Amino acid sequence: MWQQIRSNQIRSVILVAAMGILLLLIGYGLGYTFGSGIAGLVIALVVWGIMNLIAYFQGDSILLSISKAIKIGPDDNPRLYNVVEEMKIASGLPKMPDVYIIDDPALNAFATGRDPNKASVAITSGLLEKLNRDELEGVIGHEMSHIKNRDVLLMTICSVLLGTIVILAWYGSRALIFSGGGRRSSKGGQGQLIILAVAIILMILAPIMAQLIYFAISRKREYLADASSALYTRYPEGLASALEKLGASPGQLKSANQATAPMYIVNPFRTKGRAVSDLTATHPPLSERIRILRTMAGGASYADYDKAYQQVHQGGAGGIVPATALAGAGAVGLRASQPELVLKEPEPSRVERTREVGDLLWQKSGYKIIDCECGTRLKVPSNIGKATVKCPHCGRTHNI
Amino acid sequence: MPVWAWVIIGIVVVLVLWFVFIFNGLVRLRNQVKNAWAQIDVQLKRRHDLIPNLVETVKGYKDFERATLEAVTKARNVAQQAIGQGVGAQAKAEGELSGALSRLLAVVERYPDLKANQNFLALQEQLTSTENKISFSRQFYNDSVLNYNNKTQMFPSNIVAGMTGFKQGEFFKVEEAAEREVPKVSFEQPKP
Repeated sequence: MWQQIRSNQIRSVILVAAMGILLLLIGYGLGYTFGSGIAGLVIALVVWGIMNLIAYFQGDSILLSISKAIKIGPDDNPRLYNVVEEMKIASGLPKMPDVYIIDDPALNAFATGRDPNKASVAITSGLLEKLNRDELEGVIGHEMSHIKNRDVLLMTICSVLLGTIVILAWYGSRALIFSGGGRRSSKGGQGQLIILAVAIILMILAPIMAQLIYFAISRKREYLADASSALYTRYPEGLASALEKLGASPGQLKSANQATAPMYIVNPFRTKGRAVSDLTATHPPLSERIRILRTMAGGASYADYDKAYQQVHQGGAGGIVPATALAGAGAVGLRASQPELVLKEPEPSRVERTREVGDLLWQKSGYKIIDCECGTRLKVPSNIGKATVKCPHCGRTHNI
Repeated sequence: MPVWAWVIIGIVVVLVLWFVFIFNGLVRLRNQVKNAWAQIDVQLKRRHDLIPNLVETVKGYKDFERATLEAVTKARNVAQQAIGQGVGAQAKAEGELSGALSRLLAVVERYPDLKANQNFLALQEQLTSTENKISFSRQFYNDSVLNYNNKTQMFPSNIVAGMTGFKQGEFFKVEEAAEREVPKVSFEQPKP
């Protein structure tokens, strides 16, 4: 059962290959209308190669800096850091991922990094405030499995392909319109016209098709990550109830965009009440993911998730978990809400969590926090330029 | 060379490749089991290190039940001695330590001052998380052992395992009774 679900399962590979063929087609078509199909092909491949190199070596840092994520250490928020470490152990990852917080009231989380040795998990401050430990564990387990199953790499490959296709189609169609189809069209002839028409249609359709394929791959990986999260935590209810909280909040994430959407645990652009079961969704509908998790009655293994999936999709064809992951798996029991050890969690209340996260964000943006005896909490900016500060409430002076 | 010679050479090559493939798979699984065990060890050691701190913090509170504290200290010493005495012995000692700890934390419920103490809260977060890490690393270890044992028993890899001496792994089982027991808030004495 610990056999890694390889991201190169046949269906994913076919979909990625389809995107690749689209890229080649558009490159060739574009080149052909300007004189040389081969040259177009070469240009398409070079653009694609450069984008791949950037994504491979810089992708995670670009994503983290776009979303303004702040890296935290074990003492900054012990609860979050410990939960990540617990899930790292449960998933058997070789190395502890970096932990980031995004200062945003929207509820979301994502994982990034090209391989399990260089990975990061990021969570918005809003989500960190809202979830209790079991729920946080479910969410982090979901993100861990994206890392463990190398979904991040797969989705990076796909989004680079998609990006290249979109760019080529964009510049290609502009060039075609303004140059009147290049020198070939000047020679005239009905054959040339047909090819031109085909090229134009291709340029309009290719980006749309690539996007649909991209979304299909993304949805599939989400189910797998949910299944893995249930397996790691042995407690599907944790993730189910976290997803419920996520679904109840309509907030859109400021720092996300269409290309980064599949990286998040829920679609960052969802609007409340909108059915997202259509083809253009990067994520399966939340209500369905919750229903599958809650249907897992017998155990927490992949086989149990698969069974629950089929139960929810009555009459649907086949399961969602690849057969390689199902083979040789033993029965896996569920656990009660607390792990077997009956230790009570020091469960902070919602208000305490909010204060904790708020203080951390102040600290991380260079403020010093001083607790006054009168109960006031002073937040002093680092560039205040004075050695002491007066409490506005009771007038005591504090050294900085 | 005649055709049959080529056929025999082909068969031998395929057999050797198959043998190497299975053997490497077994080695990988065995290393995973070893690595998973090391993970448990790290967490157990961390728990042993946390307990003196916990005892110090709790001791400061007058008339905190001496018996509960002593039980924890004793269980920790027993668990430390059990290190290196095999999976079974260690699992048993650690199970008892878990029981003693959860009783201690249950008793703390009756001391509101102590429960609000910042030091204690930080310690409690570390302790609970360590407990979780222990059970997650045990979960991963047992899964690894299951995987490895399956491979050494199932045909045809059991042939290779038998020829090259791969032994079965031992599961980390914890005394169900000691661990699953819900601590009642009472003056219950720990089991000897």
